[in-house]
Amino acid sequence: MSAPSPVELDEPEVDDLVAPATPWVTIVWNDPVNLMSYVTFVFQKYFGYSKKKSEKLMMEVHHDGKSAVSSGSREEMERDVQAMHEYGLWATLEKQD
Amino acid sequence: MGGFSYHRRSKQIIATFSGFEADLLRSLASQLVELLRNEVAAPAESDDPLEAMLDFSGPTTEPEDPVLKRLFPSAYGEDAEAAGEFRRFTEGGLRDGKARAASTIIDALEEAGLPPELDEDGMVIDVELSIADAEAWMRSFTDIRLALATRLGVEDGDEDFWDSLPEDDPAGQVYGIYQWVGILQETIVEALWAAS
Repeated sequence: MSAPSPVELDEPEVDDLVAPATPWVTIVWNDPVNLMSYVTFVFQKYFGYSKKKSEKLMMEVHHDGKSAVSSGSREEMERDVQAMHEYGLWATLEKQD
Repeated sequence: MGGFSYHRRSKQIIATFSGFEADLLRSLASQLVELLRNEVAAPAESDDPLEAMLDFSGPTTEPEDPVLKRLFPSAYGEDAEAAGEFRRFTEGGLRDGKARAASTIIDALEEAGLPPELDEDGMVIDVELSIADAEAWMRSFTDIRLALATRLGVEDGDEDFWDSLPEDDPAGQVYGIYQWVGILQETIVEALWAAS
């Protein structure tokens, strides 16, 4: 084992102004039309979630009226909401509390 | 009417319809295409003539028709400006995608032998769909069901009401079609799971 050689290193620059961007979430809302199997399928297919996780989210939508199904930057969430609308699910995005 | 199933050997999603059923599906899909193309996705009018001329993107306000409103819901609950911007950049593409998916249904039925005018009894239409086409059918079934349910005013837990309608009640008949498309969609989801 060698002792660390006394090499002068620049102090790593820490930019304390960069806070993590406030995450946004995609919310899927319950509707009386969409089938439970279909909603599960969509979560699995689009988000790549396991069937188990997709079913859990679907049940949240079904029982609680809504579920936050993904989170990320505002741009990412707009893409997710657009995709949900493509699939006919009722989705919105909002800033996470 | 057994709905869809996955045919392992050909890797296709298959279903058999009577001529009447195929004709009904084509009619529903055609109505959807017409609705999507009818109320033009025109941009909101601007007071600034230059801006109005340059703005050939999408609409920024909700569609008037309740079905279109449901198919293209507001993406932001409270922020009308952000919702308008989102709509401007997405609604045109979403409309095209939904119209394309509905056209996939029409094309596949006609390729499977459904004539322009159904005038023959006992006709059988065998549909064989690739996975991608089956997914388009599945998505379009949702749009068709949302359209029928919005027109009917379907709500959570109101099955008993619809079932209590007399057989010759047109609303009850439309509800029957809505349920039938739901069964088709259920079987296509199962078939797609079987295929994956």
